[in-house]
Amino acid sequence: MPETLYSKVFDRHIVRELAPGQYQLYVGLHLIHEVTSPQAFAELRDRRLKVRTPERTFATADHAIPTDGSRRPYADVLNEAQVAAIERSAADLGIRYFSPERGEHGVVHVIAPERGLTQPGMTVACGDSHTSTHGAFGALAFGIGTSQVRDVLATQTLAMTRLKTRKVAIQGRLAAGITAKDLALHLIRRLGVRGGVGYAYEYCGSAVEALSMDERMTLCNMAIEGGARCGYVNPDEVTYTYLEGREYTPVGSAWDRAVAYWESVRSDPNATYDHLVDFDASDVRPTVTWGINPEQAVAIDETLPDPASFNGADRMVAEEAYAFMGLTPGSPIEGTPINVAFIGSCTNGRTSDFEAVARLLQHSGRKVSPRVRALAVPGSQRVRDELIAKGIDEVFRQAGFEFREAGCSMCLALNADKLRGSEMCASSSNRNFKGRQGSPTGRTLLMSPQMVAAAAIEGAVVDARRMFSGV
Amino acid sequence: MTETSLGRGQIEGTAVAIDGANIDTDRIMPARYLRQLTFDGLGAHVFEDDRLAARAAGRVHPFDDPGYRDANILVVEQNFGCGSSREHAPQGLSRAGIRAVVGESFGEIFADNCVAIGVPCVTIEPADAAQLRDFLVDVPGLAFRLDLHAKTLHAGNHLIRVGLPDSARRRLIDGKWDALAALLETGPIIEEAAKRLPYLSRSMLFD
Repeated sequence: MPETLYSKVFDRHIVRELAPGQYQLYVGLHLIHEVTSPQAFAELRDRRLKVRTPERTFATADHAIPTDGSRRPYADVLNEAQVAAIERSAADLGIRYFSPERGEHGVVHVIAPERGLTQPGMTVACGDSHTSTHGAFGALAFGIGTSQVRDVLATQTLAMTRLKTRKVAIQGRLAAGITAKDLALHLIRRLGVRGGVGYAYEYCGSAVEALSMDERMTLCNMAIEGGARCGYVNPDEVTYTYLEGREYTPVGSAWDRAVAYWESVRSDPNATYDHLVDFDASDVRPTVTWGINPEQAVAIDETLPDPASFNGADRMVAEEAYAFMGLTPGSPIEGTPINVAFIGSCTNGRTSDFEAVARLLQHSGRKVSPRVRALAVPGSQRVRDELIAKGIDEVFRQAGFEFREAGCSMCLALNADKLRGSEMCASSSNRNFKGRQGSPTGRTLLMSPQMVAAAAIEGAVVDARRMFSGV
Repeated sequence: MTETSLGRGQIEGTAVAIDGANIDTDRIMPARYLRQLTFDGLGAHVFEDDRLAARAAGRVHPFDDPGYRDANILVVEQNFGCGSSREHAPQGLSRAGIRAVVGESFGEIFADNCVAIGVPCVTIEPADAAQLRDFLVDVPGLAFRLDLHAKTLHAGNHLIRVGLPDSARRRLIDGKWDALAALLETGPIIEEAAKRLPYLSRSMLFD
């Protein structure tokens, strides 16, 4: 019987059925970071349990780590305590730790792919909701809480129920100047932030096949923002080309066996899904959020919607969003003033994101508005090193950006990178929730890195295609 | 928690409602409380920014309203607990005395995290949710009884059907929501499962 990648990979990782509909699932790759793991390690110590499979567990520090070049011990004692705790746990328990001291750290969803740890046909778990990112490789990847981090550390397995599958087919091609971020925001706008609850999203169609791995990661990263705990793309030549030669990917004859396995997990042509939905890539325009969740978004040439255009619950959320954001229904999104610009995060913090922006900055010669504080935060130290080697750090600095060290930074503001007061931030991150960027009254407009750069220059939301039209 | 061995098949008490769809876990537990190495003290900080904003606007947030002070059942709308996987959100609610969450739908990671610490997230129909919110406005101390055996919720004299995946329901009724014990039972079987995976088995040997 034809099957989806989801069911092939899920079935392959079942250890046993725990209860009707609930399975003990083997976790092929477990990623941990400093914020959601310390309580799990404490429970292991309390119960005198070991880490069962340290060689399939990889650690780093990303969420709370400073990005301003501070060195250990960090001045912020809470940041220091969290980083020291994971460092010690990893050393004591034989877990490979991508260390800030050695310049190896980065956002967990950036470093696992770039080192070749994430591969097709794996199960990947991490105490972070954006673990969905790894689905870009055709892995089954999902975020878990700290109790489940404990379960995986102790047993390399999880108790899981099956998700339904939705085939999200995007046909055609994205137009010039349209990014994977625009596509991700467009899909969430159409399917809603709770449309994916209970589903795994399979992204497919010619527009998805044409995406690079970095772009597929941006797309799958935001699956969770549409309510889908995991999203994935079937592996193909683009995937294999990306993986070949990375430090944790197989070589020689093992590579051939790997590719054979990876090919075998692709969804079969006639596989059945619980739901299908089609999109036309040519409908996607630069998309910007205006509210307090990622479905509250419009295309750059649109005006903000009337709350009355939404039904019941969503109408209330729209009214709440307008009150919080200080925006007015009927006004254009273009021209909305901003105070802060942030390029980075697991959504858009990879080398290609910064390269694309640097090209626009360099060729236009434009500078960040003096009214705007602009941060460029690489997703990993390796990304940072690559950018420096290409001189891209200087392009950002010359344009008026601060060029930082790797970390999650202003995506969730667990370190010193925060909005102040009710600042408005043009952000390449993934969440525009109330208070998300570190100030309870701070406001976030989600958009692509290119659109963030354009907003930083203009001091207001603007169509990047027009600003950089000569480039 | 001393109730571990008793199970949570029946939860009785009073309820408090949080209005609004898509309440994310950043709202439930602001990120600044993710900087500690333990979950201690989180109960004081649930909905903190919403509570401060309400106070500043001269309103009273339900979690600061004396009428709901002893509430142990939380009534919510759609997609409650969406967003971040932070277990700090359910840990905070639990430490604030919440024993069960009743709502139209839930963020999945949040719901899993709740079950993992013995807090059922049960689903109800939108019309029932609206009615419960009305009841709670009229009679803040209305007696609630959630029965996972019968899959029912009594609110005063009113009876509502509730939904909960069977696997979670059994774990909660049996007092076995901590999955680790069951997962640990299967040591050798776990190794066999790993060996069947081409990327881990030494016979097919990716490495």
